[in-house]
Amino acid sequence: MADTRPIIVEIRNVFKSYRRGSQVVPVLQDITFDIPEGEFLALMGPSGSGKSTLLNLIAGIDKADSGAIRVGGVDITTLSETELAAWRATSVGFIFQFYNLIPVLTAFENVELPLLLTGLSRRQRREHVATALAAVSLSDRVDHYPSQLSGGQQQRVAIARAVVTDPTILVADEPTGDLDRRSAEEILELMERLVHEVGKTIIMVTHDPRAAGKAHIIKQLEKGVLNDHVLSQNPL
Amino acid sequence: MFSLKILFKNAFRHKLRTTLTVLGITIAILAFGMLRTVVGAWYAGVEASSATRLITRNAVSLVFFLPISYKEQIRQVPGVTAVGYSDWFGGVYIDEKNFFPSFATEARTAMELFPEFLVPNDQKNAFFRDRKAAVVGRKTAERFGWKLGDTVTLRGTIFPGNWDFTIRAIYRGAQKGTDETQFFFHWDYLNESLRKTAPYRADRVGWFLVGVKSPDMAADVAVAIDRLFKNSLAETVTETEKAFQLSFISMTEAIIVVIRLVSYIVIFIIMAVMANTMAMTVRERIGEYAVMKTLGFGGWHIGGLIFGESLVIAAIGSAFGIGLTFPAAQAFGDYLSQYFPVFNVARSTIYMDMAAGLTIAVVSALFPVWRTVRIRIADGLRRIG
Repeated sequence: MADTRPIIVEIRNVFKSYRRGSQVVPVLQDITFDIPEGEFLALMGPSGSGKSTLLNLIAGIDKADSGAIRVGGVDITTLSETELAAWRATSVGFIFQFYNLIPVLTAFENVELPLLLTGLSRRQRREHVATALAAVSLSDRVDHYPSQLSGGQQQRVAIARAVVTDPTILVADEPTGDLDRRSAEEILELMERLVHEVGKTIIMVTHDPRAAGKAHIIKQLEKGVLNDHVLSQNPL
Repeated sequence: MFSLKILFKNAFRHKLRTTLTVLGITIAILAFGMLRTVVGAWYAGVEASSATRLITRNAVSLVFFLPISYKEQIRQVPGVTAVGYSDWFGGVYIDEKNFFPSFATEARTAMELFPEFLVPNDQKNAFFRDRKAAVVGRKTAERFGWKLGDTVTLRGTIFPGNWDFTIRAIYRGAQKGTDETQFFFHWDYLNESLRKTAPYRADRVGWFLVGVKSPDMAADVAVAIDRLFKNSLAETVTETEKAFQLSFISMTEAIIVVIRLVSYIVIFIIMAVMANTMAMTVRERIGEYAVMKTLGFGGWHIGGLIFGESLVIAAIGSAFGIGLTFPAAQAFGDYLSQYFPVFNVARSTIYMDMAAGLTIAVVSALFPVWRTVRIRIADGLRRIG
């Protein structure tokens, strides 16, 4: 049966290379694919294959040399740095391998951080944060600093921070890479819930086959080239 | 409010480092303020001088005297309101370390010309009635515990012998910058003694104090006075009190230049220390700033946080430095009151302290802000983990 979901991410003929001294090192070559809304996609591949670079391009924190990337109908390759920053604030939620919480802020304040860029009132911000922290089952840890939380709890705060602005897509770079097996399972289950229950679109880079196994689609990158072969396609 | 919270939390993330930096800024601002106050004290006489007072002295040098007979001629010059005269007495009280300026002066005119020296009327009258009387400044009286009616003996250095005086009046300054350390007695008392012991030194004065009607007449009056005594045995130089005071300061100008230079060097050094602190801070947090950029914070927003943090540290250090300048200046002024009779922290010094603190904050944050604004998110994120 054909997938009738709208396309949320369109990637067309994207090239990216880095300059190392006088040498130009190609990282991504002619990448083209679509991601439908509500998809949970895993990008896999060996180190240096370009999967994190591709994730960064989709998230608008790096720029492609050529090609087009449309997210939610916006061609982000044409946006200026300032426009990109504003776009990221509302359209992308980030989940990092090392959580990347601000250590001097409490869990509550960390989640509140991206909301400062919105026009929400203080009361509205507090409501949003409370909802996001409740969604990751951390309502009882709002006043804890990152150093007072376990790795799994920190990653859940990071997920709350990623979803609190209700972004168009969530990008996750090795979200379970720094966690023990049990915590990793909890985080993956949480991400699955976000896809199934809230309808979020998640693009995840991972080395971990168990993590990739939770995704609906796994795409493989080899030396900057996307294999047409889709390793797995889990039905919704 | 939230940004302010982050800013303060960030500023005190490394408590020891921030405390040491704050301490450094406190000491630098204190040193800067004290050095500026020393320079100010040097100029206290100039600042306290009046634009309606002229000094007429011997054209060769201040150490040469002028005949007392000049007084009436000067009095006749149009624009002159009063003429007094004085001699530098240079008396020593018990020991030379007990220095204070002492003058033989024509008291009635002097008190008229120096309204900033406040003397109660009863004391003034007592002083006028007693030929051996002296008027002493409050600070000097307090320093030696002198009271009205006390007899004080000064040893003459320029006019040899022991000279007895009775304290009949104690003056206070009308302004904060008025010198309250001086000692005056009747010129007549000195002159009468000289007529007996050294007649060739009698009837001569060190300088004339000339009051003029208005400041804009001062230049013309000065020229007219000097013209009177042109080609005489004792030619004169008449100048404003300010110029007279400045001529003393010009002798020590090199010292003032050095003090000023040192005050700027102190600020420059702490600026380098603070810049290093901010550079270290930002280098450590470059990953965090990359995360904030990822979340949508602009480079200048993050730059503002860095600048704000620098401002918080510099402001705390400057506030402590400025706060400590007052008691330090008080203690310093008390200890060296014989050299710096007026040692007050001027308002302009406080403004300069604030400006120095702000400069430290801005300059220290410039490079880290520039670096943070420019860094690519992907490069910043690579520093984590």
